[in-house]
Amino acid sequence: MANAIVFIDNPGAALKKSSLELLTIARSLGETAVAFTGELHDDVAATLGAYGATTVYQPSVDDLDNYLVGPKAAYLAAAVAASGATTVLLDNSPEGKEIAGRLGIKLNAGVITDVVGVEADGTAHKSVLAGSYNTTAKATTPVTVLSVKANNVEPAPAGTAAAPSTSTVDVPADAIANSARIAARTEKPVSGRPDLSEARIVVAGGRGVDGDFGPLEELADALGAAVGASRAATDAGWIGHDAQVGQTGVTVSPQLYISAGISGAIQQKAGMQTSKVIVAINKDAESPVFEIADYGIIGDLFKVLPQATAEIKKRKG
Amino acid sequence: MEETLKIVVLVKHVPDAQFDRHITGPGNTTDREESILSELDEYALEAALQLAEERGGPKAGNEVIALSMGPSGAVNAVKKSLQIGAYSGVHLSDDALAGSDAAATSLALAAAIRHISADGRPVDLVLTGMASTDGETSLIPAQLAERLSVPQVTFASSLEVTGGQVRARRDAGAFSETVEAQLPAVVSVTDQINEPRYPNFKGILAAKKKKIASLSLADIGVDASHVGLAGSWTVVESAEARPPRTAGTIITDDGDAGIKLVDFLAAQKLL
Repeated sequence: MANAIVFIDNPGAALKKSSLELLTIARSLGETAVAFTGELHDDVAATLGAYGATTVYQPSVDDLDNYLVGPKAAYLAAAVAASGATTVLLDNSPEGKEIAGRLGIKLNAGVITDVVGVEADGTAHKSVLAGSYNTTAKATTPVTVLSVKANNVEPAPAGTAAAPSTSTVDVPADAIANSARIAARTEKPVSGRPDLSEARIVVAGGRGVDGDFGPLEELADALGAAVGASRAATDAGWIGHDAQVGQTGVTVSPQLYISAGISGAIQQKAGMQTSKVIVAINKDAESPVFEIADYGIIGDLFKVLPQATAEIKKRKG
Repeated sequence: MEETLKIVVLVKHVPDAQFDRHITGPGNTTDREESILSELDEYALEAALQLAEERGGPKAGNEVIALSMGPSGAVNAVKKSLQIGAYSGVHLSDDALAGSDAAATSLALAAAIRHISADGRPVDLVLTGMASTDGETSLIPAQLAERLSVPQVTFASSLEVTGGQVRARRDAGAFSETVEAQLPAVVSVTDQINEPRYPNFKGILAAKKKKIASLSLADIGVDASHVGLAGSWTVVESAEARPPRTAGTIITDDGDAGIKLVDFLAAQKLL
């Protein structure tokens, strides 16, 4: 009987950092199982073992990726039942949250999303109302379902590693009934930069960038950062909508957030105010972003950013 | 012309994100004193109105029903939707609903949608925003689809309905996907799908004549013990306002601010 089960959805050849974080949290709750989908590569199986997973469940069908959310939730419900786990951990991606939501209804289990920390008794910590409140929440049901945000624990392998056993879970025959089918799928172009929601450093630009994200991209690359943008910049078409930070975009909580040419309207602040350190560069000394910045520069981003980039390159040799 | 549609749009009355928002009371629930129609729901309403207008609007027999669940003030989200263009409204309100989590909310909304389906023709499409701007869990569309046993098509950035089938583009994750499902379905839309219209003077006047039905838990056959704080499967045990961020060092660029910035990052061990 496992105590916790982690859902890992088709990771490909290597596990994402967020999955390692979930495994680390799961191990703190007790014996850990994994509900896996997609091809289980040998390296991935070894990593699961190294992070303390004792059992890896796999679905009896291989077409779960052809449908939206519902069939994966049905499979996960069956895996949870097989494992006997009382805590289910998923990543906090849009699909992770939705699978969590449907799993909750299937298992009569309380679902808590956007979790930033989990205690041994299952109490979950959250940050709500755009980072203005910290709350603790708990499920009152036998099973607890948690979707956990990335970057909140340091992934740590177990002291002793053993190869996990594998077990096939029968996906209910009616799982694909009443599901949307994915007719076509194209991978989005990859930037080579870290994922915005998981990045340790984010460099974000707004209206003041005036169509040219070049200096931000160069600084981001010197720092190994992701590039973000305000809604004004994405609406202007200067950068893809995927880069939008804020209430209707991605919420980020990096170690360092560099805001350039963003005034800091509340919807933008909402997406980044839990960042550890905030740096702001803006020509307008009255910009609200300076009220929350740890380090503010009143100046022209087209002069300040290239100078900083050159200086970083010089110091890093 | 395409077949007519009966569409329910979920609209939520949420505290205005332009101002400070607060958590109050024994259940640690959100203070809804200064509330507005959730901005993200306007995209769902616009999508519904466009689908109905393509099919000849209300005269041809299309229905666009704005449904809100919440205390007495939530009727304002319905009224605003009617001003924007929804054809009729439904306000689900009951003291026992207070403090409902997503699971309890989806239970009540599913029952309300079944009730609306039983009144006249069945509902073809439930449209929602991508999230509420207060709770931001995005759980309701998925949980509603699970409870109603219909397909979910979520985070749609484009939407077509032809021949009883929904076709949408979804850009939620690492992939761009084309998704298809049969009606009836629950569809959530992103803020990329359209440009919502504003209510105009004519719309504001017309809204006064539109019908708002009030429903209680008894009307939709839901037991009070299955909703509200009592019927929820999660409990918020504590809520603490995060200490506000304070301004740090502010400098004016004298030609070396880029170097000073790197000094700051180095001192913070962020390089």
